[in-house]
Amino acid sequence: MNYNWNWSIFFEPAPGGTGTYFHMLLSGLWLTIQTGIFAWIIALIFGSVIGVLRTLPSKTAYWIGFAWVEFFRNMPLLVQLFLWFFVLPELLPRSWGLWLKQMPNAPFYTAAIGIGLFMSARVAVQLGAGIASLPRGQKQAATALGLTTLQGYRYVLLPIAFRIIMPPLTSEFLNTIKNTAVAITIGLIELTGQARSMQEFSFQVFEAFTAATVMYLLINIVVVTGMRFLERSLAIPGYITGK
Amino acid sequence: MFANFDFDVIRRSLGYLFLDGMAFTLTLTGLSALGGIIFGTLIALMRLSGFKVLGRIAGLYVDFMRSLPLVLVIFWFYFLVPYVGQWLTGASRPISVGAFTSALVTFIMFEAAYFSEIMRAGIQSISKGQPAAANALGMTYAQTMRYVVLPQAFRNMLPVLLTQTIVLFQDTSLVYVLSMPDFLGAASKVAQRDGRLVEMYLFAAVVYFTISCAASFAVRRLQARISIVR
Repeated sequence: MNYNWNWSIFFEPAPGGTGTYFHMLLSGLWLTIQTGIFAWIIALIFGSVIGVLRTLPSKTAYWIGFAWVEFFRNMPLLVQLFLWFFVLPELLPRSWGLWLKQMPNAPFYTAAIGIGLFMSARVAVQLGAGIASLPRGQKQAATALGLTTLQGYRYVLLPIAFRIIMPPLTSEFLNTIKNTAVAITIGLIELTGQARSMQEFSFQVFEAFTAATVMYLLINIVVVTGMRFLERSLAIPGYITGK
Repeated sequence: MFANFDFDVIRRSLGYLFLDGMAFTLTLTGLSALGGIIFGTLIALMRLSGFKVLGRIAGLYVDFMRSLPLVLVIFWFYFLVPYVGQWLTGASRPISVGAFTSALVTFIMFEAAYFSEIMRAGIQSISKGQPAAANALGMTYAQTMRYVVLPQAFRNMLPVLLTQTIVLFQDTSLVYVLSMPDFLGAASKVAQRDGRLVEMYLFAAVVYFTISCAASFAVRRLQARISIVR
């Protein structure tokens, strides 16, 4: 392989005058983490609401949940980001569209919201399955105690369901972080984007991508370790995830 | 609301969008799924082979691929494949491979990690008595896998494999980052040439949505039909 390896490239100053190439990648890493966490919060909020809707006896609630999940699951994430970024501002009233287009950090917010909503469909499916897996007696006991439907979910069903679906939620969180890389198509220069620009500036393709790869692996290790810790401290004795 | 829009641009570019773009997307999806399932099955067999080293290598490969974003993997292979090709053919300089080959290699290698997990679950779902019976009949390991275990595992996992293929179909849109002419790439080219982003992206969304919905519906029906076997 006649490729000129140059690992010291990371300590050379990057064009743009903000520091070395290593700093460039670190700032990308930080943006990836920020986008991932912001998107994950949105996915959890919407996913919880829709997941609960899917388990309610009401037909309307079920259909809303069904439509939401099918809508966000059947389009590529890339297309969804394009819809939010390029199409939405044109369909809104003129002044709103203009405001959206001129918003600073538009790629960041678009990516966080777009990826968040995309992932919310998956969270909803997991949570719906988690709630459905609970024995029927749980809900009946909540009703017998005089809890309203809302209270029953808040105090009985959701605390257990969320703990049961902890392992799949961990991998959905990792998927959220990985999906932020798609946002380079709308101009978000996160970790993959920074590796790509480092490759364009320095021509050291494989060093740049190796560094990005190592950083993604580190994120994975940290998240998996942290979630295992959380899982263990939240485990319910007697359940599969418990001891 | 749509008064300023020119939806005729879609009709004018239908031929390019479907005969070039969608053909690229579907060929890429089909070949990647096929290659991914074959390679994924091999990885699953390695993991279940009982040889510690083989199992460890396969496990590392799967974990590694599954921790990386597809976009990064697409970039990796785009730059790596020419060098690997040079190494394989002994050429004096990195060989140039087409965009399609590069994308195909990427998706086969990437999706194999996901398909292998599905096939592993499928193989593990076969009761122990089956390979034991094959062994008692005097079948070799290869024969046991070929005639007894894999056909059943494949059949049990067919709905999941197809669902993953639908995900793959959506994921192929990411070759956009290398400006390849898949369906989304074609739509985007027309969109930028004619300044009709809204119309083209809405149309692309509707097409992806329709195909994915129809395919998942078909998979659900198939699942209902073949799940009564046992």
